[in-house]
Amino acid sequence: MSSIVSLKNVVKKYTRGKQAVEVLHNLNLEVPEGDFVALMGPSGSGKTTLLNLIGGLDQPTAGEVTVAGERIDKLSGSALAKWRARHVGFVFQFYNLMPMLTAERNVELPLLLTSLSSSKRKQNVAAALQIVGLGDRVKHKPSELSGGQQQRVAIARALVSDPTLLVCDEPTGDLDRQTADEIMELLRTLNRDHKKTIIMVTHDQKAADYAARELFMDKGTLVGSDSRSAA
Amino acid sequence: MKFLPLLWSGLWRKRARTIFTLLSIVTAFLLFGMLQGVLAAFDKNLEAAAVDRLTVVSKVSFTEPLPYSYLSQIQTVPGVAGVTWESWFGTYYQEPKNQVFSFPIDPASYFAIVPEMNVPQSMQQAMMRTRNGALIGSELARKYGWKVGDRVPLHSVIWTKTDGNSDWQFDIVGIYTSEHSQYNQSFFLNHTYFDEFRSFGKGTVGWYVVKLKDPNAAGQVSQAIDALFANSPDETQSAPEKEFQQSFIKQQFDIVLIVRLILLAVFFTLLILTGNTMMQSVRERVPELAVLKTLGFTDTGVQLLVFGETLLLCLFAAALGLAAAAFTFPIFKDILATATLPGKVLVIGAVIATLLAFVTGFLPALRARRLNIIDALAGR
Repeated sequence: MSSIVSLKNVVKKYTRGKQAVEVLHNLNLEVPEGDFVALMGPSGSGKTTLLNLIGGLDQPTAGEVTVAGERIDKLSGSALAKWRARHVGFVFQFYNLMPMLTAERNVELPLLLTSLSSSKRKQNVAAALQIVGLGDRVKHKPSELSGGQQQRVAIARALVSDPTLLVCDEPTGDLDRQTADEIMELLRTLNRDHKKTIIMVTHDQKAADYAARELFMDKGTLVGSDSRSAA
Repeated sequence: MKFLPLLWSGLWRKRARTIFTLLSIVTAFLLFGMLQGVLAAFDKNLEAAAVDRLTVVSKVSFTEPLPYSYLSQIQTVPGVAGVTWESWFGTYYQEPKNQVFSFPIDPASYFAIVPEMNVPQSMQQAMMRTRNGALIGSELARKYGWKVGDRVPLHSVIWTKTDGNSDWQFDIVGIYTSEHSQYNQSFFLNHTYFDEFRSFGKGTVGWYVVKLKDPNAAGQVSQAIDALFANSPDETQSAPEKEFQQSFIKQQFDIVLIVRLILLAVFFTLLILTGNTMMQSVRERVPELAVLKTLGFTDTGVQLLVFGETLLLCLFAAALGLAAAAFTFPIFKDILATATLPGKVLVIGAVIATLLAFVTGFLPALRARRLNIIDALAGR
């Protein structure tokens, strides 16, 4: 299977005050299409930095980042934004929904950047909310939904434009065990039935168990992996 | 249009704050609409002033009368095509609050020199035939329900009659409608009747109206007329009609200056208030704006969204304020001879609202543009 994500000799440095800190050291990674990867490791190991590079939120100091067949490490800010709109769906720990918008308006946001008609957007939004099991909550605002339901709305928002890749940063970090399992089950379904490639950062071993592959990071490098059947 | 729900929802994130800001802008534009409307109405009335006419008043003050004997001398000045005269009658109907703009004139010469009043010949003839006849504007007639044939009593606050009474009776002989609305509030009476019955000031007129052969010669003719009466007990001051009307308004009160100062203060306050609201709004929504960028909104896109929000707020509030101004503007009808807020005020209002949005939205929009996704999501 071809790689959807390819990182070659990636270095990422940050400058904090007068000090330059190297967060990722010559990192190499290949993620095949349709994979479900859990990135694990202690705090400060560089997981989120790596996820940000793969999601096109940040750019490496050195090295190559190719995602969905495109070298994104050389793209300009606006080209990168347009690329994200086409290829990446993001799921955050704290859902990051717009509090004044209803569920359907939140899910519609990525589609506002497309040329789809209003009716087609509505149709896609309804389908995405149906997939995450919130077809009956379309008119509810985030404050009227539980944490699990908000995360489902966030997943619907990530899915609605049919991106190449889903990038999830601690998607269960703010949820209780039972709700976390429901969300992970949903992600696994998306990976298995809808063939979505998912890369997820988590500290939660139980959440990581839903992934097809676990990658371990420490001090800015990949230190190991563990594959299993995702079923 | 598809971004409208997003812009609208952003505005109402802090409902109370938005309502107060909205009310401030609405009030400012209501004030602007009313005050600017008054200025525009004055301007509109001034536009009716002919370029080929001079007004000749006393050099001491325009309230000082001029001798009637000046008429024949002014007629001899080269460049003069015709001369007529008016006086200020200063009257009210029944109660002092019902002021009536009334002028004794010479109908034979007046309507020829002021043709834009569109008074039909038949009405002019009727006025000339009837000593106490009066021609009135259609707006004035509508206001008091007067019609042709009515006998109307007016009380003059200046002119007493020879019998010591200040109440004058007039028979309405015609009601005209001019396209220049300020004339439609006027009341014209015969100077001969007025002069015969007034108890003082006989043989004088309020001011002369001089028709020029060539509008470009206004300066020379003015000088020639004033030179005629230099060093006499009643020196004159001649000026183009528009200039005279402007100075008349200015002598009453420098309304233009007052209005501009008020509006300047209002909009300056508004600038700070709206700017502060938008800055706060962006500060509170840093993570949300970062999420939009994450979803693929470009820096420019997010900047335009924030600017769009400000524009929406300012235009919406300005529209409400100007609508309120248009609704209440008819209270000036009796003073300004118009009940309609001039269209140019609405246009200027829309331009000011857009400028206001641009100035107040500039910094918040710039801040939104410069937002770094990683830092914003990390709460830095």
